[in-house]
Amino acid sequence: MRKSMRTFLGVAGVGAVLLAGSVLAQEGATINGAGATFPYPVYSKWAFKYHELTGVKMNYQAIGSGGGIAQIKAKTVDFGASDAPLTKKELDDAGLIQFPLIMGGVVPVINVAGLQPGQLKLSAELLANIYLGKVAKWNDPAILSLNPGLKLPDQDITVVYRSDGSGTTWIFTSFLDKTSVPWHEKVGWDKAVKWPVGVGAKGNDGVAATVKTMSGSIGYVEFAYAQENKMCHTQMRNRDGKFVQPTIETFMAAASSADWEQAPGFYRVLTDQTGEQSWPITGASFILIYKQQANAASAEAMLKFFDWCYAHGGDVAKGLYYVPMPENVITLVHAQWAAQVTSGGKNVWK
Amino acid sequence: MPETGKPAGKQRNADRVFQWMTALCAGIVLLLMAGFFVRLLLSSRLSLAHFGWRFLISNEWNPYRGEFGALSSLYGTLVSTAIAMIIAVPLSLAIALFLVEMAGPRVRRIVGSAIELLAAIPSIIFGMWGLFIFAPFAAKYLQPALGKSLGFLPLFKGPPMGVGILTAGFILALMILPFISAVMRDVFQMVPAVVKESAYGMGATTWEVTRKITVRYGIRGLVGACFLGLGRAVGETMAVTFVIGNRHDVSASLFAAGNSIASTLANEFTEASEPLYLSSLVELGLILFILSLALQVMAHYWLRSLSRSMGAGL
Repeated sequence: MRKSMRTFLGVAGVGAVLLAGSVLAQEGATINGAGATFPYPVYSKWAFKYHELTGVKMNYQAIGSGGGIAQIKAKTVDFGASDAPLTKKELDDAGLIQFPLIMGGVVPVINVAGLQPGQLKLSAELLANIYLGKVAKWNDPAILSLNPGLKLPDQDITVVYRSDGSGTTWIFTSFLDKTSVPWHEKVGWDKAVKWPVGVGAKGNDGVAATVKTMSGSIGYVEFAYAQENKMCHTQMRNRDGKFVQPTIETFMAAASSADWEQAPGFYRVLTDQTGEQSWPITGASFILIYKQQANAASAEAMLKFFDWCYAHGGDVAKGLYYVPMPENVITLVHAQWAAQVTSGGKNVWK
Repeated sequence: MPETGKPAGKQRNADRVFQWMTALCAGIVLLLMAGFFVRLLLSSRLSLAHFGWRFLISNEWNPYRGEFGALSSLYGTLVSTAIAMIIAVPLSLAIALFLVEMAGPRVRRIVGSAIELLAAIPSIIFGMWGLFIFAPFAAKYLQPALGKSLGFLPLFKGPPMGVGILTAGFILALMILPFISAVMRDVFQMVPAVVKESAYGMGATTWEVTRKITVRYGIRGLVGACFLGLGRAVGETMAVTFVIGNRHDVSASLFAAGNSIASTLANEFTEASEPLYLSSLVELGLILFILSLALQVMAHYWLRSLSRSMGAGL
């Protein structure tokens, strides 16, 4: 169907000369994308609103970041989406560019009798030691010293992790890898790792359900899941040594502290950013597109959609507990489009 | 063709066409099987070449370092299936015997349709029930009780977490129970009444008739029923993924979290982007394929020798 649409567009473009081409592309065009599951709720809502406004359809298949990368490399979709950015070299090898479209935060959640959301304070080192199995009881001196005044039970800690490969795990382990030497040496940082202790659950909803049913457990989920399931999240100590609560504001603080200008190909990992207000386990979700676009009209329609998301998608995103990109990043993305996205030797974004 | 046009010739042609059509349909099955096998073999050649036989005995599963081994998945598959069979087979046998030999027609009808209903419940429901209801129950009551009474065995050591290989085995048992008992019931119903009546006439008790007549007569069907359940348990994915704990580890304790081949595939396929990672997952699929095939062949031979030694009627 997409092919016939393209053929139709091509014929129409020739017939109506360049003038009408972009107008036709606006009406009834279809943009196809596939990839990360983490931003799926907000992408699909954006697509719905954009279709109502402009008639341009956006199909997004949440098949996972790995699948998104594979699909864009196989050129079966117009854009791929990944929670883990590709490196500059990987991008150049494939002729792709990437840019961050949306952000979110990952929060530790616990199930300990008597504790309220946001009461327990954790540091990076402590979180790593819990996930390494070194801190195995809730009344461990290391936890008590950070939380004087809290009553913590003499109970085993059950660690819960994501059993499926996921961008959430990528963000979470990136934070542990950056902040804990033992974690870096023993485990590392990836979409799936060899967890030293604990049990696995599939998906954010799986981790949320397991933590909720298992007394004495700790897990990590996207902020939206913690909010919607009314889970008991923790505070985290950030790089500046301040304890912060997970909120849209602290996620945005992390994003604006990040130095995007010095990031070649937007390869920037948002965990463990500086700034007093920064939530340390924050991540962005990226879009992958080809530098050389086969069809100028459909490429322009696609970039216009992303531009609309940046300009008008913020409220929808916040309503779903996602974080829109800050203004300075959007300016950089526009500059990147103007400089690098071409079709038939001509710039697509002007 | 001289006979064309004549009714007899037409008949013969129609027969031939029908024969070809049915043969084609049967051939598709064989072709599909061969196709699956070749495809699995081709897609896993990277991992086959890289790890060799080590893949089967290695417990290492580390996507970050590119080290993969099938041992934990294979172990979890076999142990959870074994637990399921140990629970489900005697229970099913009892249910089927009760329905056929002892229950009145009303009870038989109600319990019979309840079993068929149970068989129609999608596996994800079993999984969710397992995670939300059964696992907390197991963590609170079942596992501590087992630990207290049988804790001297390494099988029942460790903290009671609720999820784990034992829980997966329980859930699997519930899932295959309706299949096995429904088939067993049908098998018992097919034992000719005359045979049973004559045994009763000779003064045999219900227990004796059951043991020496009903079970012996239907042994082939009974074993077939067990293998039907076994086949389902080995490949069950969703329900197991919910409750097995998803951990790449081999532990002597049944309380520990583990994984099965099917659950590993369900968990990790979507995000496996490295070629070696993907290839290792496909090789797991190949192992499951061969395992299922081996079970089928074993069942076949076992049935043959059984019917020879017991002189079964069905």
